[in-house]
This record gives sequence, structure tokens and C-alpha cells, in this order.
Amino acid sequence: MNVGNFPFVIAALLVAFGLYALLFKRNLIKMVIGVSLVETGVNLFLVMLGYRAGGEAPIYTFANAGQKMVLPTPQALTLTSIVIGLATTALLLSFAVFVHRHYGTLDVRKIKELRG
Amino acid sequence: MNTLAIHAPVLLVAVPLLGAFATPLVGKLGQRARNVFVGLIVAVTAALAGLLAADFFAGTGAPSVYVMGGQGWSIPLPSGMAVPIRILFEVDGMSAFMTLITALVTLAGAYFSFSYWRERSGGNMYFSLLLLLTAGIFGMELTGDMFNFFVFLEITSIAACGLIGFRVWLKRSQEAGFKVMTLYTLSGLFVLLAVALLYGQHGALNMGYIASQIGTLGVTLIDKIALGLLLTGLAMKAGAVPLHMWAPDAYGEAPAPTSAVLVANSQASLYGLFRVLFTLFGIGTSLSTNGWILIVFAVLTIFVGVTLALVQSDIKRLIAYGAVSQIGYMLLGVGVGLVRRASLVAGGASLGAQADALDYGFVAMQGGIFHMLNDAACIGLLFLAAGAVTRASGTRNLEKMGGLAHRMKWTSVFFIIGAFALAGVPPFNGFASKLLIYEASFKLSPFLSVIAILSSIMLLAVFVKAFQGAFMGTMRGLDSVEEAPFGMLLPMAVLALVVIAFGLFPGFFVDHIVTPAAKALWYGRDAYIGAILGGG
Repeated sequence: MNVGNFPFVIAALLVAFGLYALLFKRNLIKMVIGVSLVETGVNLFLVMLGYRAGGEAPIYTFANAGQKMVLPTPQALTLTSIVIGLATTALLLSFAVFVHRHYGTLDVRKIKELRG
Repeated sequence: MNTLAIHAPVLLVAVPLLGAFATPLVGKLGQRARNVFVGLIVAVTAALAGLLAADFFAGTGAPSVYVMGGQGWSIPLPSGMAVPIRILFEVDGMSAFMTLITALVTLAGAYFSFSYWRERSGGNMYFSLLLLLTAGIFGMELTGDMFNFFVFLEITSIAACGLIGFRVWLKRSQEAGFKVMTLYTLSGLFVLLAVALLYGQHGALNMGYIASQIGTLGVTLIDKIALGLLLTGLAMKAGAVPLHMWAPDAYGEAPAPTSAVLVANSQASLYGLFRVLFTLFGIGTSLSTNGWILIVFAVLTIFVGVTLALVQSDIKRLIAYGAVSQIGYMLLGVGVGLVRRASLVAGGASLGAQADALDYGFVAMQGGIFHMLNDAACIGLLFLAAGAVTRASGTRNLEKMGGLAHRMKWTSVFFIIGAFALAGVPPFNGFASKLLIYEASFKLSPFLSVIAILSSIMLLAVFVKAFQGAFMGTMRGLDSVEEAPFGMLLPMAVLALVVIAFGLFPGFFVDHIVTPAAKALWYGRDAYIGAILGGG
């Protein structure tokens, strides 16, 4: 099935939604969700770059002539990026937990010891 | 070239990385064993950086390539087509120069930390994260691959935020940690998106290969979007105004010895920015537009950084804003250089204009790059002195300190040396590099050098006020204050010596290490590509 540029549009939308949440949401957890959305969008974009309609898994050292394969590099990149994303999200969430413990709130407007 | 020097680039990343993961284990044997182990790892790393730099600066100046797990950078296909696929490090003058800065700052920071953490808990975590951060910074400076650059960038982000926030019992550190991590992640994702776009356009991740593709195919719209994303992401990670909101929190809330390493981290992002502008895109894009973008960033950074430093009453936050403003001077130097370089490239420039561009553009580059080294030394010195002061007095509030010089003679001397150097007072090192920047930017537009000089004077006022408040006057209820222990004074003394040496003999250092670095950016694009593609 030919899906055209549709997945790229989805990736762009995910990034846009993520940035929106990051800029306009006042709750720390929602901001973390925003970061994750941007990340997902970028990852989707990466996977899409390497996709070839009807391509095979790239498990050859030297492929036969004319064989259609999915690009392996973006997949490796995406895996790495997912692992990094997991680490950053975990770190962000644990900061959010401790911020809540100290300040008793997740509202960024009330967390402002570091201003100016 | 001996074997160790050949393998130095990869060892520079591998040794601290191994140390980072072994530190918690060695820490089980006690504090002394851990300190010996970490001290050894840091010393070996610094020695490797020194070896790499000495080897490079003594050589021909051609970039050297280190390929992981293979001899060549590609697997030649039967069809004869060869695309760089292997992971590789590429060392040119700029990389070698940056590793020297990082080694200097890490060495001072780590040895200072041994005394700093003696009575505190969490030392194992601290040293582990510090070594991880170092490994990441070295990786960013040495890699020749866009995606690896992103990976190392994220390693530094995670380690840096760990350092800022691992003391979960401190309220402010958690707030700072969240804020910094969000912005670091965002900047990392911008870089990753740019890497993806470049991969989609050119089918490779190797910097040299992408650069040669851009050179032959011209700059497409996709390339320009990628350039914009890289500029934004790296400027954010470097803490350039208006993307600086995280920087004072990060430098201010991290443990004092690591604030200096965080500044080295920001400089590594700056290095990435220069690498992208000069090597990756180079003459293909409008250099003068890029240069002016950097100059706008620079002027804002200098001015806003200094202005906000004026109103601080927290000693570390004050220095942190000083550190932010110094990033602006580096951007200014290189930005002016970029604009001048553009007039060199533009066809039909008169001979006089070309000589001018060579002259002042290159001087500006030298100034900007030399300032990176100078800033690392004097900001490092200031943060270490601030660490000694807060440790002794138990407060960071300048209004609660006073008369500390009565008890802390050496620390106060080191603080004033660092402050004068940062503000660009002769004969300290900040003056040497700022003078180059003032001169060169004056030739481009007097307005730029007026802003730069004015901000330096304001910075001097800020630090004189801070010095007056903390060290002069009468002792105020701080009777238990003692001079910092020898283990803290020694790293400060080393940095102070560096500050004075660079200030007294700037010519020697500019000739031997700064000029090769500036040349690597200014002329080195073809050599950088050629080292990978074999003369292509």
C-alpha cells in the first residue's frame, strides 16, 4: 500500500504538538509528555527515511543486484535514539517527582526559586 | 608517530567511560581507594589529551582519522562505489585545541573535588557522573560523524543534569535539574532532526562526506533547514542569549567544581557550532548571513549576561551570568571572522579588501578561539574559589559574607585574579584574547567593540562589588571560617598560574596552539574532507 507523504505529516504533527505542550502547558508531567512527543516525532521521521515500499530486511553483506532493501542505518539510529529517549524521560520524571516532593506542586508558575 | 598517540583519540573517550562505570565499584573499597582511582583516570585522560595535542601541533597540521574496527573508512563494493560507513574520529587543530581545554578544566575540577567531597555524601555518584561528562565532552570534540555527535551530546546532557540534580535533598537543584534537562533534551532533538534531514538528503552521516556532498551539489532547502536546526540546538546548548535560561541555573546549582566542567561542556557545543558552520557547510552557504547571526547572538549574550550579573546576590549565580556573557565574546570573535571570510570568498573583492579580510577576520578568529581557553581557565578559577568560599562560610549569599580575606588569604587572591582575568584587565589572560576581539570587531563596526568593552567594564564592576562584599570589610559572624585545605588551593593555584602565563606570554600560545586551531576552521575544510575521502 502506498501511503505517500502521510507519515511525514504525522511526524511533523507530533513534533508540533510536543512543542506546543512544552511551551504552553504549566504542569511538569505534561511538559515531559511534550518532550516525549517531540522525540517520537523525530524517531518516526528517522524510520520513515529508511523505508522502501516492499523492501526486505537488510541482513546481507553484499546484496544481489536489483534487490530492494530497507535502509539499515536509520533503524540503528532510531534504536539508539529510543534508548537515549528512555534515559532522558526517566531522568525528567524523577526530577518532577522530587520537585513535587520539595515544592508540593507541579505547577511551573509556583516553582520559581530560580528567577532572575 | 607512536602507537599510543595513534590510539589517543579513542582512549580519550574510552578511559573516562570505563572510569565512570568502575567508580561506584571501586568506591565500595572506601573513599581513599576511590580518590586514587579517579585521580589516576583523570590524570591518564589529561596526559592522553596532552599527548594528542602535542603530537598534532608538532606534526604537519593535516587532520588525522581514527577508524573504529577497521583500516579504511568504507567497505568497497564490487561496483567500486565507496560511501563512508564506519564510525570514525577525526582530529584537526580545533579538536586538539578543545581537548586541551577540557583536560585542563577536568583536571582542576576533579582534584579540587577530592577535598570538596570529603565530608559530603554522594561522592561515588558525583565522580561517576563527572567522568561520564568528561567522556561525552571528549567524544563531541573528536567525532567525525554527525550521529555520534548527537549521541555524545546526549551523554553530556544526561551526565550534566545528573550532576546538577543528584543531590535530591536540595530543593533548588531539583528545579534546576528539570529545567536544564528539558532544554538540553530539546536541543538534542533539534540536532537529531537536523542529522535526520542531512541523512535523508545525502545518505551519509560522516561530516567530511556530507561536507563534500554539499560542496558539489550546492546547498538545498533541506540543508538550510538542517543548518537552522543545528544553529538553534547548539546555540541553546551553549547558552547563548536568548536561549540561555538554563545556563545560570545549571552553573549555579551544580556542585562548584563541576560548574567549570559544565562551562567546558557549553564550549564543546560551541565547537560543534563552529564545526558545522565552517566545515560542514563552509563556503556553500551565505557566510556573511551566518556570521551576522552569530554576531547578533553574541551582542545579546554579552550584554544580557553582564546586565543580569549586576543584580545577583548569590555568588555562584553571579559568576554563572559572567560565564554566560563570556560565551558571547567567543561568538563575537568567530562571527566577525565569518563575516570577514565571506568578503574573501565573494568574487571581485579588491586586493586591499582581501588583505583586510585575511588580517582582521583571522585575528578575530584567533581572539574568539583563544578566549575559549582563557575563559575556561579563569571561569574555572572563579568557580573553584566560590566553592571554597561557600564551603568555608556555609552560605552563597554575598550579603551574609564579609571580611573573608582575613582568614582566606589565598582564596581571595585567586578570586581577584580570576575576576580581573574575566573582566579583561591586563596583564591577565582575558585581556590578551579580548584585545584581539576588540580590535577586529572595531574594524567591522565600532558599535560591536563599544558593546564588548563596555560590558567588560561592567563585569569588572560586578566582580569588584562581589569581592568587596565577600572578602573585604569586617568579619560578620563567620568566626569558624578557615582557609581552604591544600587540596583545594593547589588546583586553584594551577589555574591561576595558567591565567597569568597566558596573560604574560600570549604570543607564544597564540602562535603554537591557537593559530593551528583557527587555521583548521578558516582554511581546513578541504583538508578535513580530503582526510576522509582521500584527496577528494
